[in-house]
Amino acid sequence: MMRYLPSATILAQLGLIFVIFNMLVLSAAFMVWLERKVCAYIQDRHGPNRVGYEGSLQPFADVIKLLFKEQLRPKAADAFLFALAPLVSTTAAFAAFSVVPFGTQTTLFGLLDEPIPLQITDVNVAVLVVFAITSMGIYGIVLAGWASNSKYSLLGGLRSSAQMISYELSYGLALAAVIMMAGSLSLREIVLHQSGTWFGVIPRWYIIPQFFGFLIFLTAGVAETNRAPFDFPEAEQELVAGYHTEYSSMSFAMFFLAEYVNMVTVSAVATSLYLGGWLGPFLPDWLGWVWFLVKVFLILFFYVWMRWTLPRYRYDQLMEFGWKFLLPAAVVNLFVTAAMVLWIG
Amino acid sequence: MDVAVFYIFGAIAVLASLFVVAQGNPMHSVMLLITSFGALAGLYVLLDAPFTAVTQIIIYAGAIMVLFLFVVMLLNIPREDPVQRTASALLGPTGMRMGVLLSVVLGVEVVWAMSRMAGAGFSEGPSAPSVSSVAGIGGELFTRHAFAFEATSVLILVAMVGAVVLARKEQP
Repeated sequence: MMRYLPSATILAQLGLIFVIFNMLVLSAAFMVWLERKVCAYIQDRHGPNRVGYEGSLQPFADVIKLLFKEQLRPKAADAFLFALAPLVSTTAAFAAFSVVPFGTQTTLFGLLDEPIPLQITDVNVAVLVVFAITSMGIYGIVLAGWASNSKYSLLGGLRSSAQMISYELSYGLALAAVIMMAGSLSLREIVLHQSGTWFGVIPRWYIIPQFFGFLIFLTAGVAETNRAPFDFPEAEQELVAGYHTEYSSMSFAMFFLAEYVNMVTVSAVATSLYLGGWLGPFLPDWLGWVWFLVKVFLILFFYVWMRWTLPRYRYDQLMEFGWKFLLPAAVVNLFVTAAMVLWIG
Repeated sequence: MDVAVFYIFGAIAVLASLFVVAQGNPMHSVMLLITSFGALAGLYVLLDAPFTAVTQIIIYAGAIMVLFLFVVMLLNIPREDPVQRTASALLGPTGMRMGVLLSVVLGVEVVWAMSRMAGAGFSEGPSAPSVSSVAGIGGELFTRHAFAFEATSVLILVAMVGAVVLARKEQP
């Protein structure tokens, strides 16, 4: 397992980790801004437009404000778990991105002897790693709900765990269909498997043969990240703020950060699985990450667009939809894919 | 390097498992059990079995423990009653006496097994690909171990039907 790499490569890897970490934090800030702007335009308002150009520095102002707020903890809360919960959420959100590839190999313009892939680590079970880490993220929310010792938080936490268990199944089955088509569990190999075109024009991305799988994956992904129209864990009208009702200051900000980083990760995984990752026409190979960013941005925009367009479901509708429609659809998709793979080869 | 990592994960797994039973708060027990599973997954990675490690996380730490948490949260058990820790209490009622007897037997068995194993060492080589590659595991499961695999799935189905029957309210 352990490979001892030359030091320049190690430095490059560390630099890559540093860059990716900060890009994720920045992308979360960007998403907060985008969300407020898009929401404002959908509702015929201007949105934040005072701090920086068109309010682009608003997220940073918000973070600084939150940093200076007092950290509160309910008296009856479980101190240790209350502090642990936001850490679990954030760590899980960041960790999942470590196996996502976002470009081909690079030598940093000839600085390195051996090229390094644009990815923190290429695990041969990457798809499952993403799945496992996502399921670990549930604990942050559940613990926050329980440790706060507040009824709203507890209900929010319970709802969230029930919802995530229900939608994880469909999510996993949609993944399985892609894994069968690619014959590999490594995200890098799955992306490479999508290179080339049909009839010279249509890219061989899995979104075409796996269109229903893509829809199932996106729907389950929205439910997994607790976004509207499935944002029950924090349904304001019923639960105040759900699992993070009792959180303030930076620990609240960490939940907020985790939510947006999770969105970015789900979009990045969807891009790798269905939209051909960094592959795309017109650009040279080493600029593949531009295509990756464009695709991830489109999915993220879709997320935001949907949140401010669709009303929230009712909880029983959510469960009914998840178990009685989405799961059977995912099973059928899996069987049809398996048959096609056997038939066509 | 590998040895150091092994001892770190091993220590975490053993300590976490000990504290699962040693401390009284059920919620903390669940979290410690998850920690222990995580450390085990780390050990699997060291054994070059990343697939087993990830399934360990997905199934045990991810799915099963969420259900545990659910039960603990819904019942909202505050704390277990403090146990009497004197020797006379341990040897008191029949149930506990049996527990002590069984743990002594288990301890003897473990020591005996370990002492027999010391010189033997583990075989290396041929079995390695079958634990690390997903295709290898799938092939083994559906050919050599097909009967055990299917029998297990039927057992789980029986357990599921049983749970549904027990949980269902009597219809008038």
